[in-house]
Amino acid sequence: MTREKKFSLVKGLLTGIIFGFLLQKGQVTRYNVIISQLLLEDFTVLKIMLSAVVTGMIGIYFLKGRNLINLSLKSGSFFTTIVGGLIFGAGFALLGYCPGTAAGAAGQGNLDALFPGLAGMIIGSGLFAYIYPVLNPMIEKNKFKNLTLPQLFSVKPVKVIIPMVLGIIAFLIVLENLGL
Amino acid sequence: MQYLYRAQWSPYIVGIGIGILSWISFLVSKKALGTSTTYARTAGMLEKLFNETGVSNNQYYQKITAEINWQWMLVLGIVLGSLFSSLISGEFGFRFIPETDFPSFVNYTVWGRFLSALFGGLLLGFGSRLASGCTSGHGISGTMQLSIASWLAAISFFVGGIITAFIIF
Repeated sequence: MTREKKFSLVKGLLTGIIFGFLLQKGQVTRYNVIISQLLLEDFTVLKIMLSAVVTGMIGIYFLKGRNLINLSLKSGSFFTTIVGGLIFGAGFALLGYCPGTAAGAAGQGNLDALFPGLAGMIIGSGLFAYIYPVLNPMIEKNKFKNLTLPQLFSVKPVKVIIPMVLGIIAFLIVLENLGL
Repeated sequence: MQYLYRAQWSPYIVGIGIGILSWISFLVSKKALGTSTTYARTAGMLEKLFNETGVSNNQYYQKITAEINWQWMLVLGIVLGSLFSSLISGEFGFRFIPETDFPSFVNYTVWGRFLSALFGGLLLGFGSRLASGCTSGHGISGTMQLSIASWLAAISFFVGGIITAFIIF
């Protein structure tokens, strides 16, 4: 293993430790918090995600503007993204954790996340890899031509970021006022 | 300092922390936070133990390579970070049936919990591969980069999750 590769693994581990620490403090490693969110009774999950998105969006586009980073974007088609997303959602509600928070739940002692949860995710991913050659033509078909919203609307990123940040903040204020 | 030992932090502090962590991740590791590909790599690593040629001939494992990488270590880090957080707040404890305000056949008995977690995990694994990401890769990292696929995926995760939760509970 090269030195660079070893260093990359250490950086991954340290990033993960901070991420796991934050997820546990945010209580999203708890089954009950996830299920309450999906039943729309408690919005902790969305509050964390949306405040991360607002903070991240401003910083990432600032750093990109100074050529300090490159974006790392995923593609897909309407079909793969929506169908995959809905299947994921069903699993999210059944397991009560998502792939990241399941690892966090395992860390705080939830054996349901550790054994059947992680095993299920590994089996499901392995199943996908197994049938990937059959699915591949469908996955490669009709991929999004534009990868980002600013590209889609042909505007500068800031013209998307400002309304989006304001919209998310307004949504969070409404949630707090409703006591959710 | 006392705040570190608390069981629960404000969701906004946690969210801003994750946002800042993603700047650092882009700057230092040149990568976006994400977790779900790790489960596919692990599936390939396990299958390699008894079917090495099958894995090396599989198109998907040629694309993602079944070995330990940056993100694999990140997922291991999540386990350790959460373990540390729950130990210092005194919340750590082994349990198979999670505490819940919503008792149902999926979480009431050991078998119900075992099967719902296994099947739920299976759907998460398959769905995240088809959509190429999960709640962190698409839901946090992708949406903050204003990715179209990620916004669509994140909305689909919650639509699927909310519908299923209302059916079950």
